Amino acid sequence: MKLTDQDVRYVANLANLHLSEEEIARMVHDLGSILEHMDRLSGIDTEGVAPMAQVLYEAEETATLRPDVERAPLGNTLALENAPVSGVGYFKVPKVIER
Amino acid sequence: MKTHTVADIREGLHKKLFSATELTREALSYAGSENPKTNAYLLLSPERALAAAANVDRRIAAGHDPGPLAGVPVAVKDVILTKGIRTTCASRILENYVPPYDATAIERIEAAGGIILGKTNCDEFAMGSSNENSAFGPVRNPVALDRVPGGSSGGSAAAVAQNTAVVALGSDTGGSVRQPASFCGVVGVTPTYGRVSRYGLVAFASSLDHIAPLARNVRDAATVLEVMAGHDPLDSTSADAPVPNYAAHLDGNVRGMKLGLPVEYMKHATGETADLIRKAIETLRGLGCEVRDISLPATDYAVAAYYVICTAEASSNLARFDGVRYGFRSAASGTLSDMYRNTRGEGFGPEVKRRIMLGTYVLSHGYYDAYYLKAQKVRALITRDFTNAFQSVDAIVAPVSPFPAFRLGEKVNDPMEMYLSDIYTITGSLAGIPCMSVPCGATRDGLPVGLQILCNHFEEQKMFRLAEAFERSTQ
Repeated sequence: MKLTDQDVRYVANLANLHLSEEEIARMVHDLGSILEHMDRLSGIDTEGVAPMAQVLYEAEETATLRPDVERAPLGNTLALENAPVSGVGYFKVPKVIER
Repeated sequence: MKTHTVADIREGLHKKLFSATELTREALSYAGSENPKTNAYLLLSPERALAAAANVDRRIAAGHDPGPLAGVPVAVKDVILTKGIRTTCASRILENYVPPYDATAIERIEAAGGIILGKTNCDEFAMGSSNENSAFGPVRNPVALDRVPGGSSGGSAAAVAQNTAVVALGSDTGGSVRQPASFCGVVGVTPTYGRVSRYGLVAFASSLDHIAPLARNVRDAATVLEVMAGHDPLDSTSADAPVPNYAAHLDGNVRGMKLGLPVEYMKHATGETADLIRKAIETLRGLGCEVRDISLPATDYAVAAYYVICTAEASSNLARFDGVRYGFRSAASGTLSDMYRNTRGEGFGPEVKRRIMLGTYVLSHGYYDAYYLKAQKVRALITRDFTNAFQSVDAIVAPVSPFPAFRLGEKVNDPMEMYLSDIYTITGSLAGIPCMSVPCGATRDGLPVGLQILCNHFEEQKMFRLAEAFERSTQ
């Protein structure tokens, strides 16, 4: 299947990613050739094979649980330290709802 | 600067030939003067390093055991969080990010007396096989300065090869420690998935990511892994299994060990790399190993499955970089939606954008079953291939990369060709088994080549024993 620039724009929109016209042209070419290779996946028989989402190893069923004890959180000051814009204890973003 | 091993440093400290502080000062000064040749380090962290060294010296003065990595200069890939020390992932989007906490692996390295010397360059967000995708310039291979060091942990491999660190931490998702180790002529170890906590490793593809050590010899790599390994309540995928003493029992005795050579790997292997691998296999036979051909039939589908899965996971993991909580925010932002798009458009480099796009595409409506679900099933088949093979062999031996270090710029314009070169390393990554690269010689041009050793889940001890026996016989 041939990838079009409409496809690229649609996916960029889903990914919240601004691409220049030049980048879109390049993506059509690059993603096209990569997806062409990925299409070979249809050539292998996976009938009855369960999908593998994670590496599994022998463990107790409760191995991923930890005791429910309090831990100090990161805290407001540290959490905001790397924010590009913050104020009065919050992350600041452009206005979302017009009055 | 003397070429130290972990054992040399332990002995030197014990005999009071030098203090940890003296050694750290020397290491910082040497790294500072040598770094311009390779661009391996993005920054050095002298304050933290000297504080850790002073701590080691105090422990020694008080008669306490200073730990298995006492005074050892450690370079850390810049995707691993270090409290108070800038961590960029070699990306513009995190150019000024200063983490408020340490990765668990970093805490354990320092608790064992290790000295964090600085942060190393890499491909942006660990995405690449040449270190040319760094926003802060490529790394040069110390063995041949016109060539790439491999990637994505190119800076960590170069630092060890250049002797500006004794050991280094990298991260391996599909070969990012083994391949640069092979290109730079050092040892690189990817442990079993879940062996080392990922807490504080910036996520690329969570089901495949590992923190992984690099060193100049097998014993040092084993020691670093042992320090980092073990359960961590902060990473629920970390295995709650006892950590063996990896550096013990490296006695050179591998007589009777059964090794498998995958026919699917060797049929494509050509040139000097293939010759060196075949020579390594003869060496292993000479040590008393029994080598037989094995088949891993799903191999031809591994690159496709890997790049579906890792980009799918990356596209969701990297959604967090949106200019709100940390990192860069675009100045050109009217609405919230524009701010997200422009921040990501301006902050990410070309390879990261390509992978976010691919991952978003394969997860999008109408394509999920054909790509993502199918790739997960192929992943199960690749894992089954290994499980079957390990019923008849103790370890698998293979190349790490189809070719040695290539020239800077040589493959940068063909992403698919770059992806295909990961074929020998991504299979082990998909299965989550331990695998490593150990140097097995050099081409006529003097370019190092690594031999890959793969073992079954949690069989690092066996892997290290074979690797060390091989290393011993080739020195």
